[in-house]
Amino acid sequence: MNTGSSPSQHSPRNQMWKPNRTLNKWVQRGVIVVFGLFASISVLTTFGIVLTLVVDAIPFFQEVPLADFLFDTEWTPLFNDARFGIFVLISATFLTSVIAITVALPLGLLSAICLSDYAPQRARRWLKPGLEILAGVPTIVYGYFALLFVTPILRTFIPGMEPFNALSAGLVMGIAILPMVASLSEDAIYAVPSTLRQGAYAVGATKREVITGVVFPGALSGIVASFILAISRAVGETMIVTVAAGQNPNLTLNPLVSVATMTAYIVQVSLGDAPAGSLAYKTIYVVGLTLFVITLTLNVFSFWFVRRFQQKYE
Amino acid sequence: MTTQNSSQRPQNQVFQENPNFDFALSRRRKWDRIFAIASWTAVIIALTVLVVLLVDVFIDGLPRLDWTLLSEFPSRLPKRAGMKSALVGTIWLMVLTAIFSFPLGVGAGIFLEEFAADTWYAKVIEVNIANLAAVPSIIYGLLGLSVFVRVMEPITGGRGILAGALTLTLLIIPIVIVATREALRAVPSSLRQAGLALGATPWQVIREQVLPLAFPGILTGMILALSRAIGETAPLIAIGALTFIAFLPPLSPEGLQTPFTAMPIQIFNWVSRPQEEFYTAAAAGIMVLMVLLLLMNGTAIWLRNQFQKF
Repeated sequence: MNTGSSPSQHSPRNQMWKPNRTLNKWVQRGVIVVFGLFASISVLTTFGIVLTLVVDAIPFFQEVPLADFLFDTEWTPLFNDARFGIFVLISATFLTSVIAITVALPLGLLSAICLSDYAPQRARRWLKPGLEILAGVPTIVYGYFALLFVTPILRTFIPGMEPFNALSAGLVMGIAILPMVASLSEDAIYAVPSTLRQGAYAVGATKREVITGVVFPGALSGIVASFILAISRAVGETMIVTVAAGQNPNLTLNPLVSVATMTAYIVQVSLGDAPAGSLAYKTIYVVGLTLFVITLTLNVFSFWFVRRFQQKYE
Repeated sequence: MTTQNSSQRPQNQVFQENPNFDFALSRRRKWDRIFAIASWTAVIIALTVLVVLLVDVFIDGLPRLDWTLLSEFPSRLPKRAGMKSALVGTIWLMVLTAIFSFPLGVGAGIFLEEFAADTWYAKVIEVNIANLAAVPSIIYGLLGLSVFVRVMEPITGGRGILAGALTLTLLIIPIVIVATREALRAVPSSLRQAGLALGATPWQVIREQVLPLAFPGILTGMILALSRAIGETAPLIAIGALTFIAFLPPLSPEGLQTPFTAMPIQIFNWVSRPQEEFYTAAAAGIMVLMVLLLLMNGTAIWLRNQFQKF
């Protein structure tokens, strides 16, 4: 194999030591390009959402003046006498969301504090998966629960409550978004270094004083971010309100009557047979655009808040 | 010297001389107890609701939980109504969504974590992903309706399984990307450096060394993402999934284009009917859905515990 062979003569053994480096380099470049394109899908999705919503909303506003859209007090796009007052739907979304976050924010934050500071390790091992299961329950199941369990119970206490109502939908939606508040707040609380707590204990604070006076302000930006994400989840939540709050466009803040949220209206039109291209069909994109603008505003505010108030610990 | 004197006085004397200072220990401890009780109550309320919900569904659905629920097509008659087409539709959707979202999400995750970390491109995409997490799922449905049902109709055949799976794919890709990045981050960088030092290209190192170690974590994230997708109702309704499907899609490329239904949609349909017997069917359907979900989550947790090595 080696005697008498000049370096220019390639033995099979030598060839094994000549890996195809150019091919490997091209594979490397190809992988980067392809995976980079995959990564761009998220950007494309955002563009796609904005584009589809705006493209179908523009012809709507050519037919319906913006003033009517914003200030009309009725929402009857499927009737002959069509009216398009978006605030009818926004009021319902507002109502259910406020009820939901009144449940979810305090309970979620207290759960986070319980998990991080009060629950012993053994209890945590059971409580955390429990909350994870609660977060994983599909929203249609919560809708079933709200309509067929919570509403009948509430109706025995509250006379005059309609079978579809914002209260029951909002309460159950609060439970549905509670785990998200709890887990994000707990992450924020965890990030507060224990030296801060020990310092507070050392000057004689009680456990509650340490939590409300030191841990809570230290984790504030994360907690507020979790609150805002919860609000935006409540605003966009669909199946619970569709099933339990009804589909009756009603400009009211009375939690006992049937209302139609923005999301429930989109579902209602999607289930019916509004012909593509008709004005009624375009309304779902207009409502979707309104919904998107609201959640985007909340999200941008949350980014700003976190960046402005985040405490950096080593 | 007076200052020296005051520092030598016993501490309690300082407090005695300052009438405004009040330990109020008993009041503070009382508030402590109230606070502790409140925080425990919050967790207990949340978990009680979970138990009540599961028990309620179980009691409602048990009488209807039999073989006909899975073997019959939807029907106007509550006694004969089943969710065969919904179950098959859900399986189709999950398989297709997994096939689409796995390479896309994992590839994007590898790109962001290994190739483009800390570049402006990666930062733009990161902000984007965080934004997409807050977009309501029904908006994805409107996107799917415009893009997959109408614009891409020649390929997807309109309101078919393919359009549904692509919509769900867009919905869960951010989750898969985040899970992939976390799994990759957990692989020690010494392994990468060892591979690079032997002359391998970055992609060879990732393919041969990093990915095998990160795979269990990626798989766990993938299963959790799919368990999110399996319960999604709103986007599928928005793209126009039907509720009354009395046939199964053929196992062929044409099957991708056939109209479909899925379990959450079937449950929604049953819940929104006035007859009480359909509520029972809905509860039984929920039980099937929840069992599927628990199986998926259980697998994910099992995988996580099996492979938690470093």
